[in-house]
Amino acid sequence: MKPFTYARPSTVADALAMVAEVPGARFLAGGTNLVDLMKLQIEQPTHLVDVSRLPLGQVEETAEGGLRLGATTTNSQVAADARVRVRYPALAQAILAGASGQLRNKATTAGNLLQRTRCAYFYDTTKPCNKREPGAGCAAIGGIYANTAIFGASQACIATHPSDMAVALSALDAQVEVTGQNGQARAVALDDLHRLPGETPQIETSLQPGELITAVVLPPPPLGGQIYRKVRERASYAFAIGAVAVAGGKVALGAVAHKPWRAKAAEQALAKGANPAEAMAAEMTGARSDGHNDFKVKLMGRLGAACLTSTAGAGSDQ
Amino acid sequence: MSSVKDWAAPTPISENRSGLIGKGVNRYEGRLKVTGTAPFAYEVEAPSPPAYGVLIPASIARGVVTSADVSQAKSAPGVLLVWSPDTVPAQGERGARINPRSQRGSNPALAARVEHFGQHVGFVVADTLENAKAAAALVRFTYDSVPADLIFEDCLDKAEDPEGEEDVRIGDFEAAYAKAPVRLDASYVSPLQNHAQMEPCATTAWWDGDQVTVHTSIQMVKGGQHTLAETLMIPSTQVRLLTRYIGGGFGGKGQSYDDLTLAALAARELGQPVKVAYTRQQMFQATIHRPAVQMRVRLGAQADGRLDAFALEAVTHCRREAPFTEHAANFARSLYAAPNRLTGHRLVKLDIPAAGAMRAPGEASGMLSLECAMDELAEQLGLDPIELRLRNEPETDPETGKPFSTRQLVRCMTEGAQRFGWDRRNPKPGQVRDGRWLVGLGMAAAIRGNFLLPAKAGVRIDADGTLTLRQGMTDIGTGTYTILAQITAETLGVPLSQVKVELGDSDFPPAPGSGGQFGAATAGSAAFAAGMNLRRALAELATGDPNSPLYGDDPELVTFGGGNIAVDNRAEPLDVLVARAAPEGVYVEGSITPAADARDYSQHTYGAHFAEVGVDPDTGEVRLRRMFGVFAAGRILNAKTAMSQITGGMIWGVGTALHEYNAVDPRYGSFIAQDLAGYHVPAHADIANLSAMFLDEVDDKANPMGIKGVGELGIAGAGAAIANAVYNACGARIRDYPLTPEKVLAALP
Repeated sequence: MKPFTYARPSTVADALAMVAEVPGARFLAGGTNLVDLMKLQIEQPTHLVDVSRLPLGQVEETAEGGLRLGATTTNSQVAADARVRVRYPALAQAILAGASGQLRNKATTAGNLLQRTRCAYFYDTTKPCNKREPGAGCAAIGGIYANTAIFGASQACIATHPSDMAVALSALDAQVEVTGQNGQARAVALDDLHRLPGETPQIETSLQPGELITAVVLPPPPLGGQIYRKVRERASYAFAIGAVAVAGGKVALGAVAHKPWRAKAAEQALAKGANPAEAMAAEMTGARSDGHNDFKVKLMGRLGAACLTSTAGAGSDQ
Repeated sequence: MSSVKDWAAPTPISENRSGLIGKGVNRYEGRLKVTGTAPFAYEVEAPSPPAYGVLIPASIARGVVTSADVSQAKSAPGVLLVWSPDTVPAQGERGARINPRSQRGSNPALAARVEHFGQHVGFVVADTLENAKAAAALVRFTYDSVPADLIFEDCLDKAEDPEGEEDVRIGDFEAAYAKAPVRLDASYVSPLQNHAQMEPCATTAWWDGDQVTVHTSIQMVKGGQHTLAETLMIPSTQVRLLTRYIGGGFGGKGQSYDDLTLAALAARELGQPVKVAYTRQQMFQATIHRPAVQMRVRLGAQADGRLDAFALEAVTHCRREAPFTEHAANFARSLYAAPNRLTGHRLVKLDIPAAGAMRAPGEASGMLSLECAMDELAEQLGLDPIELRLRNEPETDPETGKPFSTRQLVRCMTEGAQRFGWDRRNPKPGQVRDGRWLVGLGMAAAIRGNFLLPAKAGVRIDADGTLTLRQGMTDIGTGTYTILAQITAETLGVPLSQVKVELGDSDFPPAPGSGGQFGAATAGSAAFAAGMNLRRALAELATGDPNSPLYGDDPELVTFGGGNIAVDNRAEPLDVLVARAAPEGVYVEGSITPAADARDYSQHTYGAHFAEVGVDPDTGEVRLRRMFGVFAAGRILNAKTAMSQITGGMIWGVGTALHEYNAVDPRYGSFIAQDLAGYHVPAHADIANLSAMFLDEVDDKANPMGIKGVGELGIAGAGAAIANAVYNACGARIRDYPLTPEKVLAALP
């Protein structure tokens, strides 16, 4: 870990000002990802602005009948919130499927969205990675790490986004509230927050420099069942090798792309009356596997169909 | 030399008058560990402020370092020293002073010749760890690379006979196999595994004149001491090595590594204590591992299930210049009867880190094959898997004809079957559902050798009655401190609270350390011998002391109990005796050597595993639902620590079956998993319901206490029981471990 300076503001305005003051400054919330990456010198911030004490730790009702999750609400807090559990069970299930109890106690809603890929070559600093060093190349392409993207990958990067929570938020059509350096708030659809890698995989979100996520807003819960199912190599703390969130007629897939992958082809097929297996088959025609991750195509087709079948009735199901 | 017959006589251990032997007493050092106050090697306080060393790994798999640019690193903040292959101090050749049984020499630190990716080629010491790490990132190396053999599966055609080893043949396997009416020929693959100990390799070193003191994390005290002395080209007497607490070894710390060498060299160079620890990534990349094994199993049976022909042929790998054979077929030589037998090993030499011992070397990977093959053969024959094993239960060792010292394999299987509810197993796969889960049951046998090595121990009693056992033994988290305290207390008839145990110091009477599940028997027998010698010394002291109520009694009639020394109803407390008659205390040593006729017996520990798994037909995920094991491993010294050892082994077996593997990147020679987020082992949610029991047993051919090892038995066969349960659940027979969702899904319809 490289030496850094540290500040802990108590207002959003101060936080925005502090992060703008120092080149290389970063926001710090739960630290469950950033600090690990700093230890490996993958992240080398010069200055940390700790936003964990900002007054953003509440889950509140919105006028529209949804919920507003403050940016620094912890994963544990959101998953345990009775309103979340009743109205957004897919979100509660997704959060509880992620990490460990200790990590969820520290990890925040905004931090979860901004966690970085778990691609083995991103973590291995002896290997080229376009995320760590733009232009260096991608060791994952032609490598042996199998938990890579089957949708939306590029010649520069085949990494996946590791979040469980974000997959459920995608299916729930969540909006992300952001405040910029000008003090103006704006809303970003969750689906537009994360980017596909393209030629610039180091740029992972549509946030502008110095912008701060202040909340995630859930619209009123959709009609119809909800479910989140995660496939992992063990029952304990492990990142997904495939995940599906279904909320109403909306479907999002996890561990298959550089972002939570909204299964629009499947949704369109469903709207036209396709059965679950047909809808997933329509989605998977767009998948591109590379040998190592071929299994994901079969896996996601079956898992998606199973989730859609189990939510086909009204109400939620697990 | 002694005979096993000497070990059948009653002893304080077999009499167990105060009931300490077998009692599940808490760990001797448990409080220190759970409160974080047990000083592990890196946390040991040095006599003056230490400097911090950081190791720099090579980024090629095979070749030589042609240059090292250290100029930037040398001028970085806080840097005290930078070494590369051309500037590291001279190191002596290693190996001559190492006990070949328990130790292997490691290469010199920072060698210019690179033998695997991640071999250390640079070293930086600075005033802080952070400064050392930052400077290490500034060193630039150039290499001349040469082509490397990296992938086991791609190099099978290069397999050769291990030096000095031949296949073992009994009868005529080929002829019998050709004639057998029922045959099975199947190959199984188990992957490379890493030890992934919680505590990384670490050393704190300092010099006092020409004496070096090192606190390091190593399983074998003497091996580490001698290796370092050879490296430093000084007598072993000038090296004091301490290893008091060890956060997991599993065989991976049977040897020393570069942290020990470089901490000692740098502390000498700087005249200042130096601390060096491996990073998590270096633990994967620059220590030893369990090699992959490809095992071909051929079984030829009669229609009634009796085996006529039996062959296990293993191919495994080691580092090109570090010969090591994973003897994955050896266990089978004593397991099942069959008149025609073939077992042997082939070795592929690779340019990856060295292969070496890991918990139950041989059995842990080897049994994954045969114990599934028996399941497959049982199905072919229409027999229950236990019945097939019962029909092949040998009267004597099937290879040597020697009598078994004890063998309760049959009872382990039958008792386990009853308690587990084996009769509920539907022999037809894929028939049982629970919700969306397919449910199946599987079982496997377990066998693991038992060993006794030479060892010494010292015990003293002080005037306050405190007994202190001292031994150059290690406790790698297994419970050694605790059982030595129990043995000493029971032997001398004092409460546990009166016993201190001091381990892990090269100044203490030597023991071979922890490994091969020989630790408890070996160190314990020496401690017992020392205790018996102290009894004799105290009996002589009391009966020769005119002020003792035992004065003039026959020392042979003296008894010990309740903290007293007594003859008939005449007694006095030990502290009173010692304070009066030997106020400076009494110190004696004892030793154990293997009995001359110990090898006249086939001596093993045995068990049977039973597992119930669920398979998710949508995803191929396998989850353990419950697991039960029955084991026979001699007298049990501590019900709690023995149970932890045996269930810990079973849990590792679950990981072997379902989770654990590493793979080499063919472009670089590095491992793909380098941390505990990427390298999966079972954790709490994976082990919902797992338990075990020990059968009553005393093996009086094993050692004076009738105990055997339990540290490695639990993993032997465990993974095969899981794989058999997966087959029973869903009909997918996967012969390539671990059974990941990817592989199971591919095998599902």
